[in-house]
Amino acid sequence: MKIRVKINGVTREDDVEPRLLLVHYLRELAGLTGTHIGCETSICGACTVLMNGAAVKSCTVLAVQADGSEITTIEGLSGRNGQLHPLQQGFWEEHGLQCGYCTPGMILAAHQLLSRNPHPSRAEIRKALEGNLCRCTGYQHIVKAVEWAAEKVRAQAEHA
Amino acid sequence: MIPEPFEYHSPQSLEEALRLVTEFGEEGKMMAGGHSLLPMMKLRLASPRHVIDLGRLSELRYIRESDGWIEIGALTTHFQIESSSLLREKCPLLPETAREIGDAQVRNLGTLGGSLAHADPAADWPAAILALDAEIRANSAGGERWIAAQDFFVGLMTTALAPGEILTAVRLPPLPRRAGDTYLKLRQPASGFAVVGVGVRLALNEAAHIERVAIGVTGIGPKAYRAAAVERELLGKPPTARRLAEAAARAADGVQTNSDLFASAEYRKHLASVYVRRALELALERANP
Ligand SMILES: Cc1cc2nc3c(=O)[nH]c(=O)nc-3n(C[C@H](O)[C@H](O)[C@H](O)COP(=O)(O)OP(=O)(O)OC[C@H]3O[C@@H](n4cnc5c(N)ncnc54)[C@H](O)[C@@H]3O)c2cc1C
Ligand code: FES
Ligand code: FES
Repeated sequence: MKIRVKINGVTREDDVEPRLLLVHYLRELAGLTGTHIGCETSICGACTVLMNGAAVKSCTVLAVQADGSEITTIEGLSGRNGQLHPLQQGFWEEHGLQCGYCTPGMILAAHQLLSRNPHPSRAEIRKALEGNLCRCTGYQHIVKAVEWAAEKVRAQAEHA
Repeated sequence: MIPEPFEYHSPQSLEEALRLVTEFGEEGKMMAGGHSLLPMMKLRLASPRHVIDLGRLSELRYIRESDGWIEIGALTTHFQIESSSLLREKCPLLPETAREIGDAQVRNLGTLGGSLAHADPAADWPAAILALDAEIRANSAGGERWIAAQDFFVGLMTTALAPGEILTAVRLPPLPRRAGDTYLKLRQPASGFAVVGVGVRLALNEAAHIERVAIGVTGIGPKAYRAAAVERELLGKPPTARRLAEAAARAADGVQTNSDLFASAEYRKHLASVYVRRALELALERANP
């Protein structure tokens, strides 16, 4: 089946099998391997991307369901000149990662949170990341990284 | 973890969807959010020949109020219910239930209609819908009918929907005066589903006695049920703390209780009474501002 998807601002057209999962579409056809596959069973959140702005687990979405949508992956967050997104910077500054496997998913789930709630409390950050598992860093640093980013986004907004 | 091959259909109207559902019969499977169906297809527990994706039927995605009744389209997502200001004001039980489902990603795609049609014994919506005395609309090529929540859940993952019927909406009667409602849940720590989930709507009369009470329970038995034994003990009585606790002890009366590694049947029975008591107390507090 023919689908048309705008990924990180670039529109693609592909002919795909209906059973192709969005995560495989992104990694194998679009070559965007920043979206990771962890559990493959809708639990870990490593495969989280934004579909029309909403965080989804791309191992539990068919590529054909994404027809006509806009997808943002971790590769789409940084600025044109390679400047890190505040969330990416926050994970760097606050040591929000060790192996980095869960990080793209964490960042996109956090991205949705900040778009819905620019002033999240720690409890709200934890609630928003419920669908994302980290097996090595521990969540303290991840929560701090998101707080750091929220602060930075606010400061940028005030500046602008 | 790749589903078996299937043909994909993406109807653009309810009419078209009904036609496809009738045409493919047993070989077709509807998909709403896909968050129960796709995991099953990936495990090959389900291998439909035709998937009929209802996801583009935006006509079934709405929350609206008319004549005091609230009507919610079947394709409305858990997140849309969680974040609805209308529901927060008129029926807090629903956003409270939505918030407890899965995680943010699941709530973005999973739908009310999909969850009810799936009728997982540990799903949250069935308990909420029972507590609200909701009615469920089923459309078929031949027309539409409304099914009372109490008649909807038939058994383990089995509902009153007939082959060829699409669940299209849920409607809820208005919250009576001096009434309160709530949903409380103990999550299975790994899956997030309900070990026990309890929805309560309770109304008081002029004398502050219990005029109406409806209690929906999920997670305990093969299907969600109304705790009728508890309701009977409470109707017409003053809601003292002691009476609530005594009645709540009957929360799993007559129910064939589930048992698994996490919670034995006995423990589940105990949890049911504790959660029913707490939910009654909270609903009472809200009815008595
Ligand atoms: C990681 C994870 C955690 C979860 N945690 C919870 C939880 O804590 N609590 C909970 O309650 N649920 C939970 N769920 C399930 C989730 O809520 C699903 O979204 C829901 O059960 C099914 O809704 P859906 O729209 O995704 O339906 P689908 O998966 O698309 O469909 C489910 C079934 O219903 C049928 N169907 C769908 N729509 C209709 C319709 N309109 N008319 C007739 N038949 C229809 C389909 O044919 C299919 O058989 C979880 C799911 C995941 C993946
Ligand atoms: S890989 Fe999708 S949730 Fe784990
Ligand atoms: S950083 Fe290793 S799993 Fe999270």
